[in-house]
Amino acid sequence: MRLFLILLTLLAALPALAQTREGPLRIEINRGVIEPLPFAISPFVAENAGAAQWADQITRVVAADLAGTGLFREIGGDAFISQVSDFNAPIRYADWRAINAEALITGAVRLDGNRVTVKFRLYDVFADAPLGDGLQFAGDTTGWRRMAHKVADQVYARITGEGGYFDSRVVFVSETGPKDNRLKRLAIMDYDGANTQFLTDASAIVLAPRISPTGDRVLYTSYETGFPQIFELNVGASTRRPLGVQGDTMTFAPRYGPDGRTVIYSLTEGGNTDIYRLDTATGARSRLTSAPSIETAPSFSPDGAQIVFESDRSGTQQLYIMPATGGEPRRISFGQGRYGTPVWSPRGDLIAFTKQNQGRFHIGVMRTDGSDERLLTASFLDEGPTWSPNGRVIMFTRETAGEGGQPALFSVDISGRNLRRVPVAGAASDPAWSPLLP
Amino acid sequence: MTPTIKTGALLAAALLLSACASTQDRLSTAPATSAGALASGPLGDPTDPTSVAYFNQSVGDRVLFAVDQHTLTAEGESVLAAQANWLAQNPEFDAIIEGHADEQGTREYNLALGARRASSAQNFLIAQGVAPSRLRTVSYGKERPLAVCSDETCYQQNRRAVTVLSAGAVGF
Repeated sequence: MRLFLILLTLLAALPALAQTREGPLRIEINRGVIEPLPFAISPFVAENAGAAQWADQITRVVAADLAGTGLFREIGGDAFISQVSDFNAPIRYADWRAINAEALITGAVRLDGNRVTVKFRLYDVFADAPLGDGLQFAGDTTGWRRMAHKVADQVYARITGEGGYFDSRVVFVSETGPKDNRLKRLAIMDYDGANTQFLTDASAIVLAPRISPTGDRVLYTSYETGFPQIFELNVGASTRRPLGVQGDTMTFAPRYGPDGRTVIYSLTEGGNTDIYRLDTATGARSRLTSAPSIETAPSFSPDGAQIVFESDRSGTQQLYIMPATGGEPRRISFGQGRYGTPVWSPRGDLIAFTKQNQGRFHIGVMRTDGSDERLLTASFLDEGPTWSPNGRVIMFTRETAGEGGQPALFSVDISGRNLRRVPVAGAASDPAWSPLLP
Repeated sequence: MTPTIKTGALLAAALLLSACASTQDRLSTAPATSAGALASGPLGDPTDPTSVAYFNQSVGDRVLFAVDQHTLTAEGESVLAAQANWLAQNPEFDAIIEGHADEQGTREYNLALGARRASSAQNFLIAQGVAPSRLRTVSYGKERPLAVCSDETCYQQNRRAVTVLSAGAVGF
């Protein structure tokens, strides 16, 4: 599906204010928002008869995206004083101020054959002014959710000053069956749990998928040969190929470098696990660690210069950073307990990790020098964080205890607030969040 | 190698297991529905000392490990010594050693830990004279628990290395 983005400069018949980011309509995410910003979204106007259904659905998805962040609160339509029945009509700001809507989103949807066109505008109600230009997205009807997510990403970005994360996908492992004979399949869904598609069948155990920087390929570990090996799957073509298979060894814990062509992973030989680097274009391979301890779960810094990984060389799992070509690692985790599954934030500022301490599991973040450790969650078993494209939200696996224990996907803001279960049908684990889609 | 295991025969063998049979023990180290590195073949008569069933039950097909450990216990070493002795007398069999971990760990670390455990067992068998070419290892990490409760009574059964025989058909 192709999406088209057109700046509605002509459509913006209202004074094209060069709105600065210093305006009053602004959420400073870093301040730790306690009170969500109230917004109103006027039902998007259907510009022709066939568009009504799409207009309604798109309006609901935009509202759900924003409210789902915990940063915004939707004011219900029954409170509205005025209705927006013409996308180009002037806004009656007083009517929206009266219901305490700080932001107003209006939109219009048109259906031409199989093609949906969505327009929207965002208003700063208390400034009596639009916030940014109107925008238009167009695409196939099958892509209507993406268009809604793109509208919501724009609203989020204009109000927070940070990139959005709604038009993104998540690869994960879908699980069925009893705990001692779980069947696992790779699946992909929209970030909000919609549009799930399976990528593999359940004939072999699959683990820990990781998505490429362009979102079109997935690395994962499969037992399809009987032994754990890394495979690369092309999401669009549903083709896969083994990667890094080497004789009597086990390969796992793969992750792409920012160039999309370098892959770092773990290889086990003679019971010892170390980290390797593979250039998938040339097949050139190099060994990055060579210690008798377990070195695994490597993750690149966004600039590709460094790698964070876990090692039990000190006696327990801890986090280390080394140059991307190998070399002397520097330990960064020093708190109580064990630290694993480090993942470098796309913003470069934080490392997310799984911490095990006193029989509990936590998802946490720390700075890249190990300072400012903050635990965001606690449960019987939380593990495997993955970052939202903008580095504000972490998705992870939470598994319940006991014979009937089931894994599910959860997300949490890096402030520690807004813990939510991601609505996935059935049990799910090992999420990997894609970058924003193009 | 195609994993074609007879589930009925396997469950029957599980019922005969006295040493480590518990109510949770379903002998599911060789999952019948998932492709795995399991060796297939008839289990045979458990009273026949050359049978797989005899090896599994009377010699003992598994050794257990302490939390986070991959060093063999004295008990584990005696089981492996008996396995090595049996393998010496039954040269037509090869084996895959499966390493496992309990659920108290992260997925990938547990894969590496299971590999260490399988390797510990493999190294001991080799030191006892089993030809390295007859042994291969695989780790399942925490993917294939044997006992499914979430406390130490189950965890201790899951921290294991299991020697799975195949009648000279491992083919690697």
